[in-house]
Amino acid sequence: MINRSIVPPSKEIEQIKLIEAAKSELSNGIPVYTINTGSQQLIKIEILLNAGSVNEHKAITARATNSLLKEGTKNHSSSQIAEQFDFYGAFLETDCSKDSACIALYSLNKHLSNVLPLLSEIMYEAVFPQNELEVYLQNSHQHFLVNNQKVDVIARNHFAEIIFGENKYGYRTKEEDYTNLKQDDIKAFHTSYYLNNSPTIILSGRIDDTVHTQLDSLFGKSAKTKKQQHAGIQPVSSLQQKHHIEKADAVQTAIRIGRLLFNKTHPDYFGMLILNSLLGGYFGSRLMSNIREDKGYTYGIGSGVVSMKQTGYFVISTEVGVDVTNDALKEIYFEIKRLREELVSEDELSLVKNYLLGTFIRSADGPFELANKFKGIYEYGLGYDYYTRYIESIKSITSKRLKELANTYLQEKDLIELTVGKK
Amino acid sequence: MIEFSTFKLENGLRVIHHLDNSTQLVCLNILYDVGARDENPDKTGFAHLFEHLMFGGSINIPNYDEPLQRVGGENNAFTTNDITNYYLTLPANNIETGFWLESDRMMSLAFSEKSLETQRSVVIEEFKQRYFNQPYGDVWLLLRPLAYTTHPYNWPTIGKEIKHIEDAKMDDVKSFFHTFYNPTNAIMVVAGNATLEETKLLTQKWFAPIEGKTKIPRNLPKEPKQTEARTLTVERDVPLDAIYKAYHMCKRMDADFYAMDMLSDILSNGDSSRLYIELVKKQQLFSSIHAYVMGDLDEGLFVISGKLVKGIKMEDAEKAIEAEINKIKLQLIEDNELQKIKNKLESILVFNQMNILEKAMGLATFELMGDATLVNNETERYAAVTANQLQNAANKYIQESNCSTLYYLSKKK
Repeated sequence: MINRSIVPPSKEIEQIKLIEAAKSELSNGIPVYTINTGSQQLIKIEILLNAGSVNEHKAITARATNSLLKEGTKNHSSSQIAEQFDFYGAFLETDCSKDSACIALYSLNKHLSNVLPLLSEIMYEAVFPQNELEVYLQNSHQHFLVNNQKVDVIARNHFAEIIFGENKYGYRTKEEDYTNLKQDDIKAFHTSYYLNNSPTIILSGRIDDTVHTQLDSLFGKSAKTKKQQHAGIQPVSSLQQKHHIEKADAVQTAIRIGRLLFNKTHPDYFGMLILNSLLGGYFGSRLMSNIREDKGYTYGIGSGVVSMKQTGYFVISTEVGVDVTNDALKEIYFEIKRLREELVSEDELSLVKNYLLGTFIRSADGPFELANKFKGIYEYGLGYDYYTRYIESIKSITSKRLKELANTYLQEKDLIELTVGKK
Repeated sequence: MIEFSTFKLENGLRVIHHLDNSTQLVCLNILYDVGARDENPDKTGFAHLFEHLMFGGSINIPNYDEPLQRVGGENNAFTTNDITNYYLTLPANNIETGFWLESDRMMSLAFSEKSLETQRSVVIEEFKQRYFNQPYGDVWLLLRPLAYTTHPYNWPTIGKEIKHIEDAKMDDVKSFFHTFYNPTNAIMVVAGNATLEETKLLTQKWFAPIEGKTKIPRNLPKEPKQTEARTLTVERDVPLDAIYKAYHMCKRMDADFYAMDMLSDILSNGDSSRLYIELVKKQQLFSSIHAYVMGDLDEGLFVISGKLVKGIKMEDAEKAIEAEINKIKLQLIEDNELQKIKNKLESILVFNQMNILEKAMGLATFELMGDATLVNNETERYAAVTANQLQNAANKYIQESNCSTLYYLSKKK
């Protein structure tokens, strides 16, 4: 009979090999990064642009421009474009963050040549018809109204405003933004940030030479352009430490506790990632163990260290029953205090280290995941050695160092608290 | 195409193995043939609560998550009205830890009172978070009992009400475990960078000693045919009026399922779909609208749901939906549109088989539905559907007398 109370022998995660993106250039110098791997005959093409909301002059311009690219070009109407992508089973995804905009096309290899021309058409020849803009604004406004009934959404938006202050990173969308935006704003933004801007193209999946050739004929013939720079941000957090937004009918309170931090180019970034994991970055974390698994105050609690182009932040987030809001807050501060005052045991530290190494392997498993890994360094001007250094940090960090980091960055007086619901 | 092998232990455990050596990972997926439909109508939400308890320690292992995380693994689970599915992924060279953990909790739980007490609270918070603290969150608490009078699809997996969760007792937990959690009632898929030999060896070592049981035949009350339209109107503090129309349809494995799924795509999959083009873009009656099949194993639902543009009358919005349904019933879908949907479905199927976890879940689900090889026939089954079959299916199922409609109105202030 096997003894089931003994853990089977396990192996350390020694080597983690990433497939790196191969660089090439189109005739006009547009950089193309290729990750040629995967078991399925499919491909993802991403076009990255410095066209995020930091560069807009009027609220929601960047997002609207990005979303409306597919709603009409010189030669095709919105429905013709949709019909063409749909017919070939291709999926178009547009995404716009504070820092950048992305247009992604997913297609089976066998249909790619039929849809790729349309990708370049929407990027370069979009005309933003007035009626399409109106439908977009009306429906986005309605989604906004629905979203603003959710405590977690209210908390997320207000928290950004509180920790970044009055600038593009901290900006919170207002209702009137949906009436203020005009077609001319969008056209001007498109000209500056899509036509007179140099994109980066990332290919992942099964890529052969024909893809590069077709890309060059569609994107490589236009004139050389320079990359647009990010507009500068000077984040200033609120001086008020505790914030509360009352929502009378709430049955749960959303909690956010965190602070302005730094991005992945900072020397303490890896350390903070590891410290964050310990606190609230995985299912067995201290916050989950205490506040969910021991007290049952919540369905979930987590924390994160988030990197942005010009800064970064740390945040704990959860939704708890309104009757236990204060108890949950007390436990959260208790767990942070423990990080500052006690050394993490070797046992817990080795668990977190192994978990993070496993997570790293999962995060790089598959062509699209590898493309994300590449984006994660490219956008910060970092090289693949970033990941080597990350793995090294995981393996070498000590409990003493983690305690130092907690004392440097997680002092209670430096943390900002926001509650939305009832207190 | 997913290549795989199957084998079965003497205790009844069915095992499927799929080799993928392009990954450094391996995944273990265990599907238990039990869902919310198997619950006592007075103790609903139990299958899902039980799923939480499966992480509260087993007979020889006090904590499930910790040893898995210690070897770089991660796990989760979900419960539906039909099944409960547990999965973990970990670096392939630590595969044995997965077998050790999963076999122990299949053998017996620790049945800790503390775990029951905590998970009751956690699930109640989940109930609040998803169903009461979200705009439109309680839709399925309203729509299921309207659509189902008899079949246990009458309640959602979270349960009918919070009180059922509060009342769960340890005796219920034990009896649920003994009835449903055993090798005969489970399907295990091992997918990733592990050989068949290794999989067989480890399965034999860890799972063979677990006692097999006789499978209890499922005998659920059948939903009587709906003959009259049903409606329910509620007012809530939400910004927009919404409509939900649910039509009874066939089982997941019925031939008509494929036609109904394609109809839902024709109506609302993608920016060129009919409801989107006509009702969102042209007529601007809805800010969003969706049609979908629930995919339930027993007779399920075909649903159309939409949020109305502010100021639009419910009556006009509903009429416009009906007009689109009538078009489908009266006019054959043209070749081009049919081909579009088939291309789209083919593409979705290929994209859905990109990683080992998705492949493992697919294999387990199709094995449960009768035969894992069917996972590779889906594209063909969709490709075989004709325009006539689509029209027939629309006429057969999408009838007002077969429909439950929920009018979810914004409260006047």
